[in-house]
Amino acid sequence: MEKELIQLIDISKSFDGQMVLDELNLNIHENEFVTLLGPSGCGKTTTLRILGGFANPDKGCIIFDSQDITHLPPNKRQLNTVFQKYALFTHMTIAENIAFGLKIKKKSKSYIDDKIRYALKLVNLEGYENRMPNSLSGGQQQRIAIARAIVNEPKVLLLDEPLGALDLKLRQEMQYELIRMKNELGITFVYVTHDQEEALTMSDTIVVMNQGYIQQIGTPESIYNEPENAFVADFIGDSNIISATMIEDKLVSILGTRFPCVDTGFGTNKPVDVVIRPEDVILVEPAEGTIQGVVTHLIFKGVHYEMEVEACGFEWLVHSTTLFPVGKKVGIKVDPFNIQIMNKPESEDEEAVAIDI
Amino acid sequence: MTSEKSKWLSTPYVAWSIMFILIPLCMIFYYGLTDKSGAFTLENVAAIASAEHAKALWLSLLLSLISTLVCFLLAYPLAMILANLQVNQHSFIILIFILPMWMNFLLRTLAWQTLLEKNGVINSVLSFLHLPNINIINTPCAIVLGMVYNFLPFMVLPLYNALSKIDENVINASRDLGAGSIYTFFRITLPLSVPGIISGITMVFVPALTTFVISTILGGSKILLIGNVIEQEFTQASNWHLGSGLSIVLMIFIILNMITSAVFDKEGTGLI
Repeated sequence: MEKELIQLIDISKSFDGQMVLDELNLNIHENEFVTLLGPSGCGKTTTLRILGGFANPDKGCIIFDSQDITHLPPNKRQLNTVFQKYALFTHMTIAENIAFGLKIKKKSKSYIDDKIRYALKLVNLEGYENRMPNSLSGGQQQRIAIARAIVNEPKVLLLDEPLGALDLKLRQEMQYELIRMKNELGITFVYVTHDQEEALTMSDTIVVMNQGYIQQIGTPESIYNEPENAFVADFIGDSNIISATMIEDKLVSILGTRFPCVDTGFGTNKPVDVVIRPEDVILVEPAEGTIQGVVTHLIFKGVHYEMEVEACGFEWLVHSTTLFPVGKKVGIKVDPFNIQIMNKPESEDEEAVAIDI
Repeated sequence: MTSEKSKWLSTPYVAWSIMFILIPLCMIFYYGLTDKSGAFTLENVAAIASAEHAKALWLSLLLSLISTLVCFLLAYPLAMILANLQVNQHSFIILIFILPMWMNFLLRTLAWQTLLEKNGVINSVLSFLHLPNINIINTPCAIVLGMVYNFLPFMVLPLYNALSKIDENVINASRDLGAGSIYTFFRITLPLSVPGIISGITMVFVPALTTFVISTILGGSKILLIGNVIEQEFTQASNWHLGSGLSIVLMIFIILNMITSAVFDKEGTGLI
């Protein structure tokens, strides 16, 4: 792991008595693509605004490159932000927009011109120097906003739901563009989004947040495959979350039926939550399944069929490329390593506990 | 069908415009460009060049420019504060500002006369406190004061309108790119509020240029603005031809102002 660049230590923030962030701790490494992911109101944008200097934390401090920058105004911080609705200067040309930060730094004209050309090339908008922002499409404006930020060679680029206003196709294209830019520039990206697919596609590290607390920090794979609690499991992708009992190591009782699994260390006869991804539920002939049920819903989704199977009093969500018609009796099988065991939250507080890396 | 119907809806307004805007305007042009016998002449318009008229026009332009400037300097900071306030807070302050506008214009100006008179309210209070009296009634100062007082809300509202439309993140972006607050103000906030500035200037400058009530009440009969001259031609001298001719000159100045506004306010983001 590269060295730590940013440390958020015990950051708390409330608006009008409403707690938005509660003693948040987060470390961001050099050259990392970190995504803050969560539903609206989870505190992800507030975290970004605190990093950028547009909001002051009530408590806690921010260490940037071993310096305390908690009380530094935005214009003194070595990071740049790409705002949600682009926030371009509509009274200036594209070139003037990009040159804005460089002019303040009193760079030479030839340096600025080189930088503008380089930045426009990077965002694939060569020759747009003299256009006005309002004559560009949303996607193009967003690229200019990125160009305007990166010409300043920040150590960290903050991105606040930059693709939120774009349509699906453009959004997917921009995701790849962003990954490419990050690799070319070799700087740290801190990205805020509520779109789990975006987070999974682009990030090195995902920070899942809810109600001002960090729920889980990990790589996209670990967040998806090994969610630590029901919130994360539910927020990232579709999932079957079932109350169960851990009978002993590597054996769990789900809906009264014993399933072998691979998790250990949860104790014996302990209530737990179990996550099974819909694509990991295998539908077979009734006799071959661990439990039996009846298909109640069927939707064609393109890549796969989405089915609901009523079994043992639970509606199982199933993704499968094989079609089982509504009303058909089926058996359900799950491979042991596809059963993810999670501790049950004992109280509301523990449900939203802060977790360090 | 729908467009046919909506055309009919505009009939009352079109009739009104023809009756009370278009026809009077034509009459002004008719009187302004003819002499008493009805023959075409440019004499009435050219009369603006006479020393007395030119002086009144010059003074009108000067006083309305000063008033506009004072209004702008007073209104801009206020509009900035208003634009940054929460919705529930600003409506109250705007109410306070607009409240005087609900009172009759003439009454407000007469009130200032009472306040500013030699033995008026302000001087009585000053005398009581053993402070020197102020004697600005019947001077250009009093006229400027009256203009600023009466027209200030017309400056505040368009400025507020333009400033509150500026996305907070645009300001944040400027700070983010390294600009200090003063640089941000002059490079971002001020240029983005130009449409509001232009409509504010128009809405103060035009009525200030043409007023004769404020100058009559607060300037006594000593100070003649172009508005007073025109008014006297109509009411006292009964020379409609000369009054109309001078009105045409005044209109040219107003149209010039409007053209400037239109050039600057291309996006139509201001009030006009």
